[in-house]
Amino acid sequence: MKTLLCPLNGIRNIDEFIYGGEYHVEPDRKQVDRKAWAEHVFFDTNSAGVVTEWWCHTPSSFWFLADRDTVTDEVINTYPFSIDPVER
Amino acid sequence: MPFGLLKYGLARTYPGKNLFGESRSLKQSYDVVIIGAGGHGAACAYYLAKEYGITNVAVLDKGYLGGGNTARNTAVLRSNYLTEEGVAFYKASLELYKSLSNELGLNIMFEQRGQLTLAHSDAAVRNLRWRAEVNQHLGVRSELMFNDEIAQMVPHLRMDTAARYPILAGLWHADGGTARHDAVVWGYAKEAAARGVEFHQLTEATGIDIDHGKVTGVRTTRGDISCGKVIQAVAGSSSVVGNMAGIKLPIHTFPLQAMVTQPYKPLLEPHISSPHHHVYIHQTSRGEFVIGGGSDPYPLYNTRATLPMRETLSAAVLELFPFLREARVMRQWAGITDMTPDYSPIMGESPVQNYYLDAGWGTWGFKATPISGMTMAELVATDRVPELIAPFSLDRFYRFEQVNEAGATAASH
Ligand SMILES: Cc1cc2nc3c(=O)[nH]c(=O)nc-3n(C[C@H](O)[C@H](O)[C@H](O)COP(=O)(O)OP(=O)(O)OC[C@H]3O[C@@H](n4cnc5c(N)ncnc54)[C@H](O)[C@@H]3O)c2cc1C
Repeated sequence: MKTLLCPLNGIRNIDEFIYGGEYHVEPDRKQVDRKAWAEHVFFDTNSAGVVTEWWCHTPSSFWFLADRDTVTDEVINTYPFSIDPVER
Repeated sequence: MPFGLLKYGLARTYPGKNLFGESRSLKQSYDVVIIGAGGHGAACAYYLAKEYGITNVAVLDKGYLGGGNTARNTAVLRSNYLTEEGVAFYKASLELYKSLSNELGLNIMFEQRGQLTLAHSDAAVRNLRWRAEVNQHLGVRSELMFNDEIAQMVPHLRMDTAARYPILAGLWHADGGTARHDAVVWGYAKEAAARGVEFHQLTEATGIDIDHGKVTGVRTTRGDISCGKVIQAVAGSSSVVGNMAGIKLPIHTFPLQAMVTQPYKPLLEPHISSPHHHVYIHQTSRGEFVIGGGSDPYPLYNTRATLPMRETLSAAVLELFPFLREARVMRQWAGITDMTPDYSPIMGESPVQNYYLDAGWGTWGFKATPISGMTMAELVATDRVPELIAPFSLDRFYRFEQVNEAGATAASH
């Protein structure tokens, strides 16, 4: 992966982006128990395969989501957060 | 030409001794199956056999013996960590390294040429002072060193105060060293095999059988095995193999790259590490400079080497040793490392009964090979968690009791 398609700015050099971790739905803070919270904070699926992740285009501080294959390093899709990745 | 060599060349059948046991088919059942024949798996097998007489053991590897991170690491050994738990653990490992050549009957080329970690900011000097205090308290040779002494010890290091990030001080760790990484896994495997342990290469674990919360067997590409206990020691595949047993781990998998230059005359005695520049370097006894640094910028299950990493490593190392601008890079490579949130390993029991974890070794696990093998063997044989590894249980993340070694690990290994 040498470039990435930013949903706001178009194709940019990969150096302009930072990786922000796997996408999770945050548990409801009022109801969550310790175990579920610990898993939300520390644990990820860390799969070898397609994973939905946060990325940020640093010059414009624009955060978005990417579906990326963590074995081949191919990016399948990038899209703004407003599109819920679970619903898509 | 020595006669022995001639005999080798002319022999019809291979006259050498197979140190790791003949290849054979898998048995249907073993007392213990170890998944992963890296240094950790081999060491665990050795101590199970030697200390506890447990020899009905199979060590499986999807590739070949020691072909994972054991073959790819930069062999830095040290014990100057920051937490008491970490220092005590790695110190015990370094002690074992000292006598390992004799114990295994193989020269592991253990050398203690010391390690110097550089500070380029006041905050970093404070951190090194803190580490020195903790280290000394626990009997590790570790002390703050200032520039006149540094210049004397490492004459080629650029001490220029006009540098963009001038060197302010260093942490001198006389116990630091290196060892021949391949020899470590070969030695352990040789001695384990001599006691009856079976090594099965090109045998990938593909599934874990669990009955009522207890492990009962391992499925492999060469057939299914039933077994009493399982240890997973698969480094960069920890999440993938853990997942087969339904175990979720707080691990993120990143490539870690390193490179080596053409050989030079001996001119750099200690290992030099600069966390600020994300680079470390030492000269091997063959004369090459081994250069390593931080992990890749995002997770990946792939051992490709990249041009951007070669550029950043080169730029960083030239800040310290400008003469290397003439050096040719001979090789560059990567390993897949399983990083934990607190830069400490995950060792011990798992949510599955009789299934044990030796994971989360990230960028720092080679130095722990002897002690992790020894403590994991004790745990598996006695079902008691050795004190040295109790702080590293998976449970700590649920208790929010991390063992934070991030500051003493990044770019130091
Ligand atoms: C570039 C680099 C530099 C490093 N530098 C240092 C250093 O200077 N000092 C230090 O202390 N540490 C260093 N490390 C870290 C160190 O290499 C590792 O932590 C350590 O080698 C882990 O040992 P291991 O035996 O657990 O893993 P490995 O040697 O990786 O062994 C694991 C084995 O498991 C096998 N396996 C995986 N999945 C399966 C499966 N499903 N079935 C069967 N087998 C499987 C693999 O084929 C592999 O052989 C470095 C790592 C890298 C990549």
